[in-house]
Amino acid sequence: MSREPGARGAHLSRTGIADVWQAWQQHHRNSALDSFGRLAETPLQTLMTALVVAIALALPTTLLLALGNVQSLGERWESGPKMTVFLKLGAQDAAIAGLRDKLRQMPDVQEHEYISPAQALQSFQAQSGFSEALAALDTNPLPPTLVITPAPTAVDPVNLETLRQRIAADPLVDEVSLDMDWVRRLNAIMNLGKQLVLALALLLGAGVLLVIGNTIRLEIESRREEIVVVKLVGGTDGFVRRPFLYTGFWYGVFGGLLACLLVSTGVASLGGSVRNLAATYQDTFVLQGLGLAGCAALVGSCIGLGLLGAWLAVGRHLSAIEPR
Amino acid sequence: MIEFHNVSKRYPNGYEALTRVSLQVGEGEMVFLTGHSGAGKSTLMKLIMLMERPSQGQVVVGGRNLDRLRPNQIPFHRRQVGVVFQNHQLLFDRSVFDNVALPLQIAGVHPREIGRRVRASLDKVGLLDHERANPITLSGGEQQRVGIARAVVNKPPVLLADEPTGNLDPDLSSDIMKLFCEFNQVGVTVLIASHDWSLIRSVGARVLTLEQGQLTHDGALQ
Repeated sequence: MSREPGARGAHLSRTGIADVWQAWQQHHRNSALDSFGRLAETPLQTLMTALVVAIALALPTTLLLALGNVQSLGERWESGPKMTVFLKLGAQDAAIAGLRDKLRQMPDVQEHEYISPAQALQSFQAQSGFSEALAALDTNPLPPTLVITPAPTAVDPVNLETLRQRIAADPLVDEVSLDMDWVRRLNAIMNLGKQLVLALALLLGAGVLLVIGNTIRLEIESRREEIVVVKLVGGTDGFVRRPFLYTGFWYGVFGGLLACLLVSTGVASLGGSVRNLAATYQDTFVLQGLGLAGCAALVGSCIGLGLLGAWLAVGRHLSAIEPR
Repeated sequence: MIEFHNVSKRYPNGYEALTRVSLQVGEGEMVFLTGHSGAGKSTLMKLIMLMERPSQGQVVVGGRNLDRLRPNQIPFHRRQVGVVFQNHQLLFDRSVFDNVALPLQIAGVHPREIGRRVRASLDKVGLLDHERANPITLSGGEQQRVGIARAVVNKPPVLLADEPTGNLDPDLSSDIMKLFCEFNQVGVTVLIASHDWSLIRSVGARVLTLEQGQLTHDGALQ
């Protein structure tokens, strides 16, 4: 629009960049507050939607948390692969001392611990709850046992197997049990579990997108007139989109916080039982909860889903609402 | 300020609303657009504010060929064109003040400035004491004036009005027409679609007549 300076005629009033920036911030503030206010006007409906979002996210989060706990439990046991050597029943103390001397000379054996049948019986009585049944036995059924910690150099499966065979060859040895297989199996199961949880999380995440998208679609329909007027007086798509994005944002915040609450409540209620169970295994394992970082990640991803759901819903319906 | 070059508009259902219309409205001019309902007046206005695109020909507003505007430029074009709608298009979920403030908020005017300009605009249409009211509580004529205040609050160089006096009694109509004349006097290009002949005669401005989508008359009223 070219104009002579000082020409007669209305001038479109100019707005400076600073003003536009300030107005933009103001509109963000207003949209955020306005969206919050609209959600607060229908608290029950808002709570329901947020709960759906929370449950959908709490499920994979709980599974992921469970997997993490099982894995850390596995790592505790895996950290020192130990070999349990069961000696023949009635092995003589002198012969056992000879075997222990041999073990001390093996470079692949870092250390070993001898558990006499009497010691084994004592700790078994203390922990298993079978003390009365055991007391009824005439003889001690438990064999003398050596628990061997392999040297770090011998930890790989091939070396461990060689070591196992060398020890098993001793005539005093009844059986060598190398508890590595179940750790490996556990890891394989964990990987499978993680993939399943990931697939579940994707599905439920898509569900969250749909729930938030649908809720926002309804709101768009009910504010159709407003959208038309805003467009008629020159509102950009971004201006129209903003309040709805904030609605999605708030659903994300509420849903995420609720999901944190659900998961944390679950962990807290299970914590006691897990501690008791761990104690029976002479373990001090404590159930790991979400933690602050986990909560932040959960709420963050929930907000992300809320924004994305809102964005998709508005994008799909914005073009359909053109002033006619 | 507004130029139509051989503009035709055919709707998807085959109805041809405008047929090869060419016209020019100069900067600061006041023009009436008349014709029976269905003659194409509304379509012509929609083309100016890009609520519709022409099937053929070109529309130029303020030296800008609307054909070349990308979709993301449309909002900025609409801010240069104030529109007074026949059905007012007011929002009843907010006050008169907020209705009038909407174009300024959209354009990114400083919040302090918004209050001043909204009140100036409401003062102009004589509704300053109604700024807190909900527009639904106002009469038809008052609602129309709120619509006018909103259309001019951003001081657009072009003002369009589609049957602005359609449902009003003669006294109110002439008040509203006076407002448009005042805007025109400060340099706004004004295009009013109307078939209120007595009112048009009293203003004595240039008249464009559409008949079945074709421009059949351009000049002072016979």
